[in-house]
Amino acid sequence: MTAPAETESARRLEWHTLKLIENPVTRYGLMAGVLIYLFWALGSLDVDWNRVSQGVVRTGNMFDRMFPPDFSRSELLIREVVVSVQMALAASFFGMILAVPIGLCAAVNLVPRPVYLVARAIIILSRTFHEIIWAIFFVKIVGFGPLAGVLTLTIASVSFISKMLAEDVENMPPEQLEAVRATGASFPKLLIYCISPQALPRYLGVSIYRLDANIRHSTVVGIVGAGGIGQVLAATFSRYDYDFSLAILLTIIALVFLGEIFSNWARGKLR
Amino acid sequence: MSPAEHALKYPEIWRRFSPRQTLIRYAWYVGAVFVVAWSLHNLDLPWQYFADAHEQALDLLVRMVPPDWDILEEVVAIMLETINIATLGTAITVVIAFPIAFLAARNTTFNTTTWAIARFILVASRSINTVVWGLLFVAIFGPGPVAGIWAIAFRSIGFLGKLVAEAIEEIDEGTVEAIEATGASRLQVLWIGILPQVLPVIYGTTVYRWDINIRESTVLGFVGAGGIGILLYSTMNLFRWEQVSVLLVSIFAVVVVSEFVSAAVRQRIT
Repeated sequence: MTAPAETESARRLEWHTLKLIENPVTRYGLMAGVLIYLFWALGSLDVDWNRVSQGVVRTGNMFDRMFPPDFSRSELLIREVVVSVQMALAASFFGMILAVPIGLCAAVNLVPRPVYLVARAIIILSRTFHEIIWAIFFVKIVGFGPLAGVLTLTIASVSFISKMLAEDVENMPPEQLEAVRATGASFPKLLIYCISPQALPRYLGVSIYRLDANIRHSTVVGIVGAGGIGQVLAATFSRYDYDFSLAILLTIIALVFLGEIFSNWARGKLR
Repeated sequence: MSPAEHALKYPEIWRRFSPRQTLIRYAWYVGAVFVVAWSLHNLDLPWQYFADAHEQALDLLVRMVPPDWDILEEVVAIMLETINIATLGTAITVVIAFPIAFLAARNTTFNTTTWAIARFILVASRSINTVVWGLLFVAIFGPGPVAGIWAIAFRSIGFLGKLVAEAIEEIDEGTVEAIEATGASRLQVLWIGILPQVLPVIYGTTVYRWDINIRESTVLGFVGAGGIGILLYSTMNLFRWEQVSVLLVSIFAVVVVSEFVSAAVRQRIT
């Protein structure tokens, strides 16, 4: 055996961890590309470094003002938090109801092609724009206050729940659908006896998850004037009222945490 | 078994749920409706505004056409800034979330205290919305993209950290034991035993979060944290609806493309 062949086989025997991208050129090329892009991006930003460099000092000042958190205005705090939760509840309810027709229309195996395309377009359009963009629009249309918030969160819930519902219906085994259709069942009967028993548990689970997500989002739509605790939070920041800000932030963390526990518990029960 | 008992146990008509189950289910439904009714009652929504809502919406739409394409150049420039904010924020997230994820996984953390601290960081990060983080960082760094980058990063730490920590908890312990049996140090076990198993999850989640962050960075401007949101907010407040439509179309295009890219990358990884 010649020497080069030996080193070749030795190299093959040497153990390496498995790489996600086998080809080293592609692997390192991709890494280098990402790094170059990141540096270019950093350089291209229009930043006032003078102002940014004050950040450390300002953080210190801010923390000084934040502690201890000021819970003395708890009446206002609780009232607005309750408004946020109520917005989330109402929006989840409307979203759940509206998501059923849209979700069913967005399932390719149930409806004619044009209906499917329209429903999918509605879902994509409402999903693409961030909640806050919707919130601004609704504030322009129905004015400041929780109504704009409820509408915003309803849009977000409809798109989310109906997308999940559509996927669920599309993934159903076709046998049951065929079996129920073969008995001559009408479309409503198909829904009641075939679709709903299969889709209901997940639909309820997704809706409860959405309630949790709505509670999260209900705390921010207020920043653009759509009601709830976000409005108060934005006001405290513009008035440098940082100890109250911290109190609000801690309340939001606790609220979201509770919402998550409830959502996990309820979805566990459904399974 | 008497015929009566038999009829009770095996009824003619098959029902999926027992009466007790049905009762509990309906109790839940009634409870949910009650809670919603209470919310709607207390919110006291001004439903009369709905009367002309469709007219208002239509009015907005009419004013949006024809779009004023003259501002496209400006829009492209600020859109690039928006994308850069999302990407740089995601890059910072990976660096910070990575160690926290290992501390937040039960099988790689040091002790209960480090686990609890890491978990608290993840929960706090996730509970506070990107826009609220934006408010905070604008107060610290002043208005501009730097505040946006940190806002994106701080919100994403919880997301990435949580999913990666869950992946670490679900790894195949056999591999870890095999590496340990060779006498590998703790670091070597992490590097060779655990990391390759969770790497696809890390890449996948990062790309997924990047795509969410693109969407989030479009609104950071509303609180002054850079990106296209600033332009959107100012054109809206000046009622320049024909410019707003250009912005909306470009946001739509970028978000859809980023979602497509992220889905394609994730499909290749997993």
